[in-house]
Order: sequence, then C-alpha cells, then structure tokens
Amino acid sequence: MRQRRIIPGVDPQLLIKDAASLMPAASRRAFLRGAASLGALTLLTGCDIIDGDTAEGVLRKISAFNDGAQAALFSPTKLAPTYPESAITRPLPFNAYYDEDDAPVVDGNSYKLEVAGLVDNKKPWTLAELHALPEVSQITRHVCVEGWSAIGSWQGTPLSEFLARIGADTRAKYVWFKCAEGYTNTIDMPTALHPQTQMTFKYDHKILPRAYGFPMKIRIPTKLGFKNPKYVVAMEVTNTDRGGYWENQGYNWFSGL
Amino acid sequence: MSAETAVDGNRIAVRETVHPLWVRVTHWINALAILVMIGSGWQIYDAAPLFDGLRFGKSISLGNWLAGALLWHFAAMWVLAINGLVYLTLGIVSGRFRRKLLPISPRQVLADAKAALSFKLSHDDLSRYNAVQKLLYAGVILAGIVVVLSGLAIWKPVQLQELTALFGGYDAARYVHFFAMAAIVGFLVVHVALALIVPKSLRAMVTGR
Repeated sequence: MRQRRIIPGVDPQLLIKDAASLMPAASRRAFLRGAASLGALTLLTGCDIIDGDTAEGVLRKISAFNDGAQAALFSPTKLAPTYPESAITRPLPFNAYYDEDDAPVVDGNSYKLEVAGLVDNKKPWTLAELHALPEVSQITRHVCVEGWSAIGSWQGTPLSEFLARIGADTRAKYVWFKCAEGYTNTIDMPTALHPQTQMTFKYDHKILPRAYGFPMKIRIPTKLGFKNPKYVVAMEVTNTDRGGYWENQGYNWFSGL
Repeated sequence: MSAETAVDGNRIAVRETVHPLWVRVTHWINALAILVMIGSGWQIYDAAPLFDGLRFGKSISLGNWLAGALLWHFAAMWVLAINGLVYLTLGIVSGRFRRKLLPISPRQVLADAKAALSFKLSHDDLSRYNAVQKLLYAGVILAGIVVVLSGLAIWKPVQLQELTALFGGYDAARYVHFFAMAAIVGFLVVHVALALIVPKSLRAMVTGR
C-alpha cells in the first residue's frame, strides 16, 4: 500500500485501522484505474484510456466544478428540516474511520479551543467559557456520505454567533477545523454562517459523550456527516483552502445537502 | 421522417429513416451515461446496502471504492441529465413520442406480449413499435425521469427538500432511486437481448436505417 500522506498529529495506528472498512485493499490511487477504460469511452474521449491518473484528474476537475454548482445552489437562509423528539434515531450510530474504542479521549479540564487566522481575538477558549455561550437546539437529519441517515438532537451555540464574538472576518472564504485525532475539515464561509451551523457541546441535552465528539463537534445539517467534525480542538478563519481528511482522498469538497 | 419517391407514377417506398440523427446521438450518449451511473451507483449502494444479502461487489461496479464511485456518479449525472433533457425536449417538440409511443392500449399490449412469447411477433417494420415496445419505451423514459428526480432528492435533501418530501423523505427516496434503477436494468436486459436477436434494429440505431 502506498504511503499515506502524513497529517501532523495523526495517530498512525488509527490511520491503519481506517483502512479496514472503507479503503480498497489495493492502493488508493488505483481506485479509478479499473474504471479508466470505461471512463475514457464515456466521458474522456481523447484522453489516454490506460492512464488512471488522467481519469482521476478529470473526475476531480468535475468534482471541483460540482463544488461551485453546489455553492450556487446553497441558500444561506434555507433551513434543514427539523423533526420531533419522537423521530430521533436511538441509538445514533457511531461513525468514524476508527473503532469507537479508539475515539480520542479529551480532558475537558485542560481543554482549550485554539482560535487562529483572520480574527480579532485569538484568546483560547476553555470549556467552561464555551458552555457559557447562548444555547440553541436542533433535531435534524445526519446524512452520511455512505447513504444512510439518522436523526439526532444537538445543542450548542451558533457558529455565526461565536465568529462574531471573536471578531472573525466573515469576508474570508473558509473556516478550517482541526480535531484531537488529527482529523481536519474546511468549510465555506456561507455554510459557517448558516443559522443551523452549530458549535455543539451536548447531544440530546446531555454533555456530548466521547463517541459523539466530546468536548465539541461542529454540527452542520446542510452538509454530509464527514463535514461535521468531532473532537474539535482548533479553528482557523482563512482564505486558504486546506482541504480535509476525506476531501483530500477524493470525497467531494463541498458535500452540501 | 419517411422519404418516398414517385417512380413511373407508382409510389415506391424508399427504405425510410427509422431513427433521425438526434435520436441516435442521444441514444448512445445515454447508453454510456446510464452504464456509468449504474456501475458507480452499485458501488455507492454497497457502502450502505438497503437489502440484507444484496451486494453488487467491486467486480461489476465502478470506482473501486466509495469516493471513486461518487466521483463517477456526480460526473456522469451531468451527461445523463443534459442529454436526457435534450432527448425529452426534442421527443416532445418533434411529436415523435406521441407518434411512436401513443396510444398504448392494454389489450394490444397483452395480445402483443402473447405473440412475442410465442415468437410470432413481427419486427418487419422497424419504424412502427408494437404495443409491448411502446409500453417498455414509455416505461423506461418514465423510470429515467424518476431515477433523476429521486437522485436529486437524495443528493440535496436540504436545498431541494420539497422534492425529497415528494418522495416520502430522504430514506424513502433512496428506495425509489433503487427501484427506478432496477426497472432500468430490467429494461436493459430485455432491450439488449432483443437488439441482439434482431440485429437490424441495432443497425437502425447506428445508421438510422
């Protein structure tokens, strides 16, 4: 297997575990090679029909085009449907590229949320300070890139509210998140400012359990599940797209719902 | 689309164009797009199967893993949708759908189905569809519309939530999408088999005659 790009702070053991369920047995880059000839016949007339990298390159360009199409379709005011308590999926599935037992354990007492980039106030936030922020609640549908969905109940503070408090330059293009296990995520600013995008500290009105991202997850009901990072330890307001763990491996960047 | 020539006062039918160019072009673009959509769709299905025991496997699906399959699916969707819109527009505007596919009489469908199953159905005149063909061609166009709309409902259950609701919600829309795919695959099995049994029909879709 090809050496994976090392992401700073990533536990290599977790990365190895990640391979088991979702990754192909062969090298990641081969994921299109088997399809390259068919692709050449269909979409890529004129391209080298054997070169899988060419097929992948073209497909990634179309995926980037799809980012733009989805950004154009995204409404900053259209709300994701909400549901009654009775509709909540119990239990909400745990899902990550590692087993639940390997989920990060973050010490809430020493935890500090790092804030960086285009913001006025870069003071780190303790969990007590974060918990003191105004609380909103949502019962929305989590849609996984795999296709399944589940309805959950999340409480926390609107990300837009927090961005206002830290004096973020909301003309910036992106907000980047870093998680305790090394997972990363970049979202577009319009989504960051969407009224339902939430810095989440509770699940079903109880402090987030470890499985669901203690001490903080970013709940974004307008995006696929993998764009909802858990165990968030740092965020940066930036004009540089730094991608993300899954996006860098081929999942669509925007992944809007 | 029929060309007729008068010779010595008698009207002799010159072999007529069965399929105009736009039908042939959109047919083959659609054929390739739908194969990519089905192949990659099967790989996507395998990531979260709807039915216990039903997996398609890597050998007959496209993309090798979920991200690869999604890249294919969301690339070919443009080809399928744009080509499909061109086909539907021209089919309606030219009157071809009305002329070729309507009316469909249930009694005639039964009679032609019986004849087909006893190998007594004639394919001498390729320009005229029998009732079973009319039903299948109209049916697969409908399935194509449903598969695209249910696909949009799954892809954008927030931005297009009204459409998703129309299908009974996100989870129900996944089943609709699956069964529309299954209907198209079922059609393809019959369609390809018959095209091979009656090769001149295949030739007509290439050369027009």
